[in-house]
Amino acid sequence: MAAARFIRARLIRAAEAPPIVGPAAIEVFARRHRLRPYEALPWLTALGAYVLFPGYLPLAAQTLATILFALSADLVLGYAGIVTLGQAAFFGTGAYTAGILAANDWGEPITGLFAAAVTAAVIGFLSGLLILRSSGLTLLMQTLVVAALLREAANKASAITGGDDGLQGMQVWPIFGHFEFGLFGRTGFFYCLAVLFLCWLIVRRLVHSPFGRSLTGIRENVARMHAIGAPVFWRRLTVYTISAGLAGISGALIAQTTSFVGLDSLGLERSGTVLIMLIIGGVGRLYGAFIGVPLYMIAQDRFSSIDPVYWYFWIGLLMVLLVTFARGGVLGLVDRFWPAGRRL
Amino acid sequence: MSSGPAALETRGLTKSFGALTVANMIDFRLEQGARHALIGPNGAGKTSFVNLVTGALSPSGGHILFGGADITTLPQAVRVKRGLVRTFQVTQLFRGLSLLENVTLAVCERRGIGGDLRRPAGDHREAIDEAYALLEKMGLAKEALRPVATLAYGRQRLTEVTVALGLAPKVLLLDEPAAGVPTGETGRIVEAIEALSPEIALLIIEHDMDLVFRLARRITVLVQGRVLVEGPPAKIAADPQVRRVYLGERAAR
Repeated sequence: MAAARFIRARLIRAAEAPPIVGPAAIEVFARRHRLRPYEALPWLTALGAYVLFPGYLPLAAQTLATILFALSADLVLGYAGIVTLGQAAFFGTGAYTAGILAANDWGEPITGLFAAAVTAAVIGFLSGLLILRSSGLTLLMQTLVVAALLREAANKASAITGGDDGLQGMQVWPIFGHFEFGLFGRTGFFYCLAVLFLCWLIVRRLVHSPFGRSLTGIRENVARMHAIGAPVFWRRLTVYTISAGLAGISGALIAQTTSFVGLDSLGLERSGTVLIMLIIGGVGRLYGAFIGVPLYMIAQDRFSSIDPVYWYFWIGLLMVLLVTFARGGVLGLVDRFWPAGRRL
Repeated sequence: MSSGPAALETRGLTKSFGALTVANMIDFRLEQGARHALIGPNGAGKTSFVNLVTGALSPSGGHILFGGADITTLPQAVRVKRGLVRTFQVTQLFRGLSLLENVTLAVCERRGIGGDLRRPAGDHREAIDEAYALLEKMGLAKEALRPVATLAYGRQRLTEVTVALGLAPKVLLLDEPAAGVPTGETGRIVEAIEALSPEIALLIIEHDMDLVFRLARRITVLVQGRVLVEGPPAKIAADPQVRRVYLGERAAR
């Protein structure tokens, strides 16, 4: 009750507040990209998880790498409004690149990451060049096809990829020749955390740049973007390429920390799941990935231990409830109760 | 009466979709600093004409000249960069974004910084200042930080014009600037259009005759994709042909 009254009071105050005008308005607008205190939360949570749940570090590392994957998907889906069911194409490309290098006597992880990023970005650029001229359902199908083709290629090239059995025999060297990927996953955890942090810095900078704002414009109204003279196709291709590179890094992270790559890394299920994760957290928000991915992975872990056969049903039910009652995911709920927190 | 190149000119501009011809050999001249209106009954091809000129449609024949230079084959974005700007009949804005952001995006594209990946948008202070000054000029400063979707439609129409101004137009095509706006609020829009810099050549596509006769110093009447007649408002108002096709048979009598 008290909480509800507090929220109501806030809402009323926000609605009645006099408009900000003049230099103050410009100031508010120009400072939107400044770091806010709550942005430290994901990183504090990660460090807290390290202290509190030392037994779950391998799962935590997977979660961090998956957050990066979701972040890459959010760039294309949430910012540029490119609806894709093929994001796994780039995840898998990165995973196989790092995996094949490590299985063929080049297990140095950092160069492996770079190689994965570049390969995935090249695939993203080339496929984007072909498919980004279309939009809507056609584009959706084309993203699906790109991933399906790559998956089939990986399946056929079993001499290199291991095909259906997955890639065996990866030897990942210690990071900087010093920190070994051990059984308890401590190295893997900090490795993923550091890479995610660096990529987050890049993405954060990107979405607040004029380029990033123009992506939001493309999502909001393409006709208007054309009418103000923006090269829409090239903007979309650029973000598609960057996003592919980031997805490649996340695939490489999972390949290197688990020493295994399977065909599922290129599969439709992975592309679909990442969308569900984003919808749970909130699309186009930068932090949707940080909320949706852990929630999904925790829910999956809990549901599957309670109900090993039908756990997917419960995930589905959760989704239905979310899209019915909480459009905009968890962050959409936060907006409703704390409108001032939303960036204009 | 024409000295030097027209701000915008079309020669034999033609567009057909199969058997339907929406623009039929249109010869049209928009002088520098003009206040020109394009009128015509529904389906006359007014909006198609705008789409052809701005590059959203490509013509089947004829030429489009902008300041004397042939722009017939240039893509839409390049024409905008040169100063050929339009507004839409149905408001086309970024509805979820604030007014200031709507205008700033346009200003950034014009200044060529729209593709900047490295600096935060907030650091491009010149662009934001310029956008805010435009909003102030149009009387929209109080709403600068509000999302467009929360504004009354008349205010959204004004925002649409402000976004166009952010592109520093030399030629501005206003496609029914007062469409959908309650009668009581059109006055504000007319004032805003009257206050535009005389350097901008204006072409107003409009149904509202009061507005046309108040703003335009020259009128072109388009019927079935052809120019029926062109001239000063007094001549158009008196033209029996115009009265017949446009104002209805009874008015002609």
